[in-house]
Amino acid sequence: MSRIIRQRAIVEDDWTLAPDGAAHMGAAGRLIVPLARWRAERAALETAPAVGVLLPNTEDVEAVYPEIAERPLIALQFPTFADGRALTQAILLRNRLGFTGELRALGDVVRDLVFWLGRCGFDAIAPRGDQDPQACLQALDEIRTAYQPAADGHAPAWVRRRSCAANARPAVGA
Amino acid sequence: MYRYDPIDRELLAQRTEQFRDQTQRFLAGELTEEEFRQLRLRNGLYQQRHAPMLRISVPYGLLGSAQLRRMAQVVRRYDRGYGHFTTRQNIQLNWPQLPEVPELLAELAEVQLHSIQACGNDTRNITCDYLAGVAEDEHVDPRPYCELLRQFVALHPEFYWLPRKFKFGFTGAAADRAATRTNDAAVHVLRRDDAIGYRFFVGGGLGRLPMLGQEMNAFVPESDLLSYATAILRTFNRFGRRDNIHKARIKIVLREWGIERFRAAIEEEYAKIRASAEGEQLRLLPQDIERMRGHFAAPPYRPSGEAAADLPAQAARDGRFAAWLKRNVRAHKVPGYRVVFVPLKAPGQAPGDCTAEQFEALAELCEAYSFGELRSTYEQNLVLADVAERDLHELWERLDAAGLATPNIGLTTDLVACPGLDFCSLANAGTIGLVHDIYRRFDSLEAQYEIGPIRITMSGCMNGCGHHSVGHIGILGVDKHGEEWYQVTLGGSAGHDAAIGERVGRALAREEIADGVERLIRAYLELRCEEDETFIECYRRIGLAPFKARLYETEEDSEAAAA
Repeated sequence: MSRIIRQRAIVEDDWTLAPDGAAHMGAAGRLIVPLARWRAERAALETAPAVGVLLPNTEDVEAVYPEIAERPLIALQFPTFADGRALTQAILLRNRLGFTGELRALGDVVRDLVFWLGRCGFDAIAPRGDQDPQACLQALDEIRTAYQPAADGHAPAWVRRRSCAANARPAVGA
Repeated sequence: MYRYDPIDRELLAQRTEQFRDQTQRFLAGELTEEEFRQLRLRNGLYQQRHAPMLRISVPYGLLGSAQLRRMAQVVRRYDRGYGHFTTRQNIQLNWPQLPEVPELLAELAEVQLHSIQACGNDTRNITCDYLAGVAEDEHVDPRPYCELLRQFVALHPEFYWLPRKFKFGFTGAAADRAATRTNDAAVHVLRRDDAIGYRFFVGGGLGRLPMLGQEMNAFVPESDLLSYATAILRTFNRFGRRDNIHKARIKIVLREWGIERFRAAIEEEYAKIRASAEGEQLRLLPQDIERMRGHFAAPPYRPSGEAAADLPAQAARDGRFAAWLKRNVRAHKVPGYRVVFVPLKAPGQAPGDCTAEQFEALAELCEAYSFGELRSTYEQNLVLADVAERDLHELWERLDAAGLATPNIGLTTDLVACPGLDFCSLANAGTIGLVHDIYRRFDSLEAQYEIGPIRITMSGCMNGCGHHSVGHIGILGVDKHGEEWYQVTLGGSAGHDAAIGERVGRALAREEIADGVERLIRAYLELRCEEDETFIECYRRIGLAPFKARLYETEEDSEAAAA
């Protein structure tokens, strides 16, 4: 099993990517299946202990969400680390659609993408095989200040400044 | 100008360290060329012909004296003693060494300068009207909105890995001095009744398929700047093509979808944002805008009685001063004040080049005469925006001594050009030699005054950094079997009457091009209906054909015609 980052910790991956029916559906079978397979074999797959769905980065997440809203895991793809389409998918899943399950980044996931993944609401990151998981974990905090909101709870700078200004004002009668 | 608070300083410091670490890992062999390329571009570093080129963002073209002094120091220490101002109001260094760049950036960060997203497939530095805050034709000062948007898009995690670059240009005035519609998104800040809002244009861009931005929304309310920008960028990130770098700009989505479908997609996303918690979070409150406006408050102008001077009398005593006053000085909205243009177009230098000594001189001059601030312009010149009339003569003497008072603003030798083949690895042809040829030919100021306002622009390749497609006369370098050739376009404009120029015909060889430009200008002088009809007005009246005939007329033809 490979090691991944989940909830800011390095853990052994307990999910198996199952592109087609040939993949083993063992007793502990926690499977990640592509959207096409989920659609084709939904009835059978629903009997498995846990099934997550992998979306192509061209998929309209708002349109597909009713089909996958109950899944415990959604995996998004980075064909190359410089292809940011899945970042918009992640933001929409977290902020607009309210997905609270595991959101996992797969593919060409390098250390220098990790910070951006974290901000966009990915809580599970499967680094590319040659990447050092420890370095990736640290990269989550490469930059700790943010100007804009995303899906990681950072308050936007303009909102932080509202309260700064309020605090800076001397209290009346003090 | 905008002054950093702890949030800005922390963020820039962390970003600087992030890039230092990335550079060290690349130099240690832990990152591949391609991996590092994606990272360095997002920190302003291109690989050029001789060395990396470092582009330094000048947000909305505004610089302070401390920044100018630091630029002088940096170009001496890390470069060859000069920097280069670009058509996007930025500064480029042509000779830094990669291992030294992290330290260079750390020194720049101390004075609020950076290279965040200066290159790469991300939201680039925002450009703006260089007369913001001082122009008589201004509805709203756009700079507070530029800075709000600059911060919003800086290191935006959703939009850091776009299909291609994305540029914003702002104006808040009647005249467009920032070529805004050549940007992927143009934002025109305006007033309707008592409310401020934005007219958004999307889909502009030069390069291979030059297009002007199309109107998306005639009035987005002031509070929704960030929501509307998000709708545009999100649509681009989702639907911009990633299969072909030449078809990846947002203008291609617009062209392939058509304006109706494209606008519907952006408006639908905007409506969803507005109706959601995201829209609530992105909504700017009046206090947010007010706080930002405070950073761009008017300087403490002297009463007009103290600032004014008898300029006609001074001009009558000194012809050179009079010429400078006429050509390089413009009106200011405050009585007793003027706007002074500082051309970076002296003979023998590339347009936009600025030496360390000039950076220092400009720091002193803007402190002495313009409240410590300077602006860079779309035309690769500089502006001292707040000069009291009483100081003009003294300022002129000092600019003259620094070689910064050539009275040629808006004239033939006020050429716009990219660095071309001499520096850039993308270029097909040189520009700097050609600039010098044209300069020599029209060096006489009398001849330039006779010709009047004209914009000649030149790019060394079809990426169009020299904005050839929006020049009155545009010159594009092309490669023909390893030789440098030049295509001519006519009738382009970057102003409020923005237009893409028409290609005249076959390309001209290197040695023909200066003659060709001269023939075009002679044709204009003969064909204009009256002396104050400008080149572009004349072109629009009579069209391409008469100019085309003259461009390809050889010397023998004209001698034969004269005989």
